Amino acid sequence: MGTTDTGIVAGRLPPAEVEANFADLHAPLTRHEALVESDRCYFCYDAPCMTACPTSIDIPLFIRQISTGNALGAAKTIFDQNILGGMCARVCPTETLCEEACVRNTAEERPVEIGRLQRFATDAAMRENKQFYRRAAPSGKSIGVVGAGPAGLACAHRLAMKGHAVTLYDAREKAGGLNEYGIAAYKAVDDFASREVDYVTAIGGIDIRNGQMLGRDFTLTDLTARHDAVFLGMGLAGVNALMTEGEAAEGVEDAVDFIARLRQSPTKTDIGVGRRIVVIGGGMTAVDAAVQARLLGAEEVTICYRRGKENMNASEFEQDLAAAKGVTIRHWLQPLRIVTGAQGTVTGIELAYTQLVDGRLTTTGETTVIAADQVLKAIGQTFEPMGLEVIGLERGRILTDAEGRTSLDGVWAGGDCILDGEDLTVSAVAQGRDAAESIHRTLMAVASPAIVAVA
Amino acid sequence: MADIRNDFVGIKSPNPFWLASAPPTDKAYNVERAFKAGWGGVVWKTLGEEGPPVVNVNGPRYGAIWGADRRLLGLNNIELITDRDLQTNLREMKQVKMNWPDRALIASIMVPCVEESWKAILPLVEETGADGIELNFGCPHGMSERGMGAAVGQVPEYIEMVVRWCKQYTRMPVITKLTPNITDIRNPARAAKRGGTDAVSLINTINSIVSVDLDNFAPNPTVGGKGTHGGYCGPAVKPIALNMVAEIARDPETYGLPISGIGGVTTWRDAAEFLVLGAGNVQVCTAAMTYGFKIVQEMITGLSDWMDEKGHRTLDDITGRAVPNVTDWQYLNLNYIAKARIDQDLCIQCGRCHIACEDTSHQAITSMVDGIRHFEVMEDECVGCNLCVNVCPVDNCISMVSLDPGTLDERTGKIVEPIYANWTTHPNNPMARQAAE
Ligand SMILES: Cc1cc2nc3c(=O)[nH]c(=O)nc-3n(C[C@H](O)[C@H](O)[C@H](O)COP(=O)(O)OP(=O)(O)OC[C@H]3O[C@@H](n4cnc5c(N)ncnc54)[C@H](O)[C@@H]3O)c2cc1C
Ligand SMILES: Cc1cc2nc3c(=O)[nH]c(=O)nc-3n(C[C@H](O)[C@H](O)[C@H](O)COP(=O)(O)O)c2cc1C
Ligand code: SF4
Ligand code: SF4
Ligand code: SF4
Repeated sequence: MGTTDTGIVAGRLPPAEVEANFADLHAPLTRHEALVESDRCYFCYDAPCMTACPTSIDIPLFIRQISTGNALGAAKTIFDQNILGGMCARVCPTETLCEEACVRNTAEERPVEIGRLQRFATDAAMRENKQFYRRAAPSGKSIGVVGAGPAGLACAHRLAMKGHAVTLYDAREKAGGLNEYGIAAYKAVDDFASREVDYVTAIGGIDIRNGQMLGRDFTLTDLTARHDAVFLGMGLAGVNALMTEGEAAEGVEDAVDFIARLRQSPTKTDIGVGRRIVVIGGGMTAVDAAVQARLLGAEEVTICYRRGKENMNASEFEQDLAAAKGVTIRHWLQPLRIVTGAQGTVTGIELAYTQLVDGRLTTTGETTVIAADQVLKAIGQTFEPMGLEVIGLERGRILTDAEGRTSLDGVWAGGDCILDGEDLTVSAVAQGRDAAESIHRTLMAVASPAIVAVA
Repeated sequence: MADIRNDFVGIKSPNPFWLASAPPTDKAYNVERAFKAGWGGVVWKTLGEEGPPVVNVNGPRYGAIWGADRRLLGLNNIELITDRDLQTNLREMKQVKMNWPDRALIASIMVPCVEESWKAILPLVEETGADGIELNFGCPHGMSERGMGAAVGQVPEYIEMVVRWCKQYTRMPVITKLTPNITDIRNPARAAKRGGTDAVSLINTINSIVSVDLDNFAPNPTVGGKGTHGGYCGPAVKPIALNMVAEIARDPETYGLPISGIGGVTTWRDAAEFLVLGAGNVQVCTAAMTYGFKIVQEMITGLSDWMDEKGHRTLDDITGRAVPNVTDWQYLNLNYIAKARIDQDLCIQCGRCHIACEDTSHQAITSMVDGIRHFEVMEDECVGCNLCVNVCPVDNCISMVSLDPGTLDERTGKIVEPIYANWTTHPNNPMARQAAE
């Protein structure tokens, strides 16, 4: 048995139980399951599922390829549109994307399980390390990509396909962005994120430089001087603060940091969690932090969100998952101060009840205290425009046009760091890919000026 | 990447997938869309004589049967040949061929069985730039009542005669499309060959009544209270078509005659099966009519991926590869002994294998072992018939395992012989006994 001691301690559960808890959230489909499920697809015309997919994967075609025994062909159909189709198959909130649009919902309220079928196909290809793309002849162009998350990787891969040389700079030790450091562990088991980075970069022509931070190790001017074009896919490196008393107390941590530590631990058994945890926030990060804390053996985990259920960013499915894992979600509570004990460590959190008055959030005057020896903050991430003052921002994020062009010539951006970012892996992939196409068009147009008619 | 370019009697197309002569190829609008979607060629909807075109019924012309989940398995139709004016069709064909020079465009023709009619239409068709002609001797309804279509296809002498006229009056390759509504497909194929045809294509649709409206006591589709037999096609007819293709491919008289395989092709796998049984390419109708032209993308990628996986480089590497392995029953090896084996990890314990074997076959599968629901093959009873494999709902759950020579067949108590021995020499065969005496 583990321990029920107060304080942040590792080993609350026996290692075997932790391992079981962090197993694949959705087991991969077996061949039989995949055949039965793929048979359910109607091969719709102008398929609504395809329209709902931010990367526009040809879903009816890939599902039909699975049903005819051509899983590798299905994988290629997926990768043609989304080179991170493997990760997306695991992390996409399909219930609000493709599967929500599936016509089978109308017929029988049960969509085709597109995500799991996508995983079946991409797993088959990645198991064999089947590479579908080769680099075009070298174009002589060089592109600097900042950030090796989904946006940067998708951009780099598409550029490499076109024969360009890509240098991928990332501040972190490993490539992958939040795939490596953020996604819940049970969604990407067996080191999938780093295996996927290897699979994607196997095309060649992508030089990854880890530990290289824009604004610290080099400037944007360095990049524009060094490369023919630049893509910024830096995600959201900053986090919002609570701005309450006691925030610096021991036991208070940003949820993303907690998750990153957890993700980097091979066994998870060295990650300490409190006996009673309060998670502040209402999004995917709050849910992931809370659920994973429970899986590590925290006795009571409460998510406190300052608005109602309908305002939560976490999807219905995520909320249900949290409930199923024993997380309590409480609404209409806003942190007032962190309560600390003798040694300056957290002992609880005081919260104010909130309400909407004429559409504005106010406190009711009533307060409550929840005992806690750990508080995780998940109240949103922010873009840190380090060294990017020359680029046009809006509401703290990079402003781009539909193709991903920023206000600065020769600089593109995509993913969470742009104004149109959607905090979705799949959208980051789409934006990275489309920016690569735009970069390619621009560079090639310069390389071969339009032929002038000769009389 | 496998090279799936197709050369069929000199007619070239980027892939072996042609649309069969039918509604999908009735006009330029459809054919242009088909080519955009990737089809390698089309056989234009059958043209009739100059003059007022035929008319179709104005009510339902289709009926169908469905599998689970309303998947369309068989389609039945009472449509006739094109109901559009000949000149309009010819004009559109010419334009489409000009727009799509790399695709195959074949004209399907059905005119009365007189030399003048054929002589008259062939130059008009030739003028369109079509790559070849297909003689529609197959339509089993409507047109056959007028002495055309299947009415011609059922009389080998007529086939030979018309093919000969066509070979005489046009330089275009002639593909003779056969009807399956006969007893032995080899006879019309041989007749076509005698007439000098460049190829045969088959099958056209099969005579059928697809279902009956039990409230109105009339066959479906019901047109104003009455119905008529129609032509059956789609996945359900594939086995019949495969057999007919194989019969022609292995008949010494027609051996080597190019075949365009038609009937139920829905996936790349169906197409590959036609090819290995001797077809030089395939034609598709129902699959396109069910799912739209985009379906060809699955066929193209599937065929090409399979060829890559198996190391087949061109279509020539696979065409006819299974023909030598199609034989008569009497030559099957009676010393080949197989037993069913159930993969207990995959078995979901539905019991279908047991009841099929128990009620209707050889009582060779348990249902209970030591008081526990358990399905297992008893090798001392199993005759290796394969019924259980076909009724099991789980793919690959039951497999047939052959016994190695020298091992004991628990059912017969005999040792498996290493040598090939067939019915022709079997002691129970009266003919073999006679020969020996
Ligand atoms: C906890 C959590 C769970 C999530 N779960 C899901 C989920 O289940 N499904 C889903 O679809 N989405 C999920 N998301 C959102 C998703 O992870 C992001 O939308 C996606 O990763 C954005 O991709 P990106 O490439 O824009 O940025 P990121 O993945 O954040 O990658 C940005 C990269 O840029 C690097 N970088 C940052 N600044 C610099 C700099 N100055 N110099 C150099 N490199 C820099 C970073 O190190 C990082 O590697 C989750 C997010 C979080 C935080
Ligand atoms: C509605 C319909 C109309 C058809 N019309 C013709 C025709 O005009 N000429 C012809 O040769 N075959 C015609 N056929 C037969 C098809 O070309 C094809 O031989 C048959 O449908 C089998 O192929 P499938 O199983 O892929 O549908 C028609 C079939 C259908 C369903
Ligand atoms: S909407 Fe559903 S049934 Fe239609 S193509 Fe997409 S997955 Fe298949
Ligand atoms: S398929 Fe089109 S033409 Fe035919 S009955 Fe339906 S709507 Fe009418
Ligand atoms: S039919 Fe197949 S699944 Fe059902 S009991 Fe037999 S072996 Fe098992």
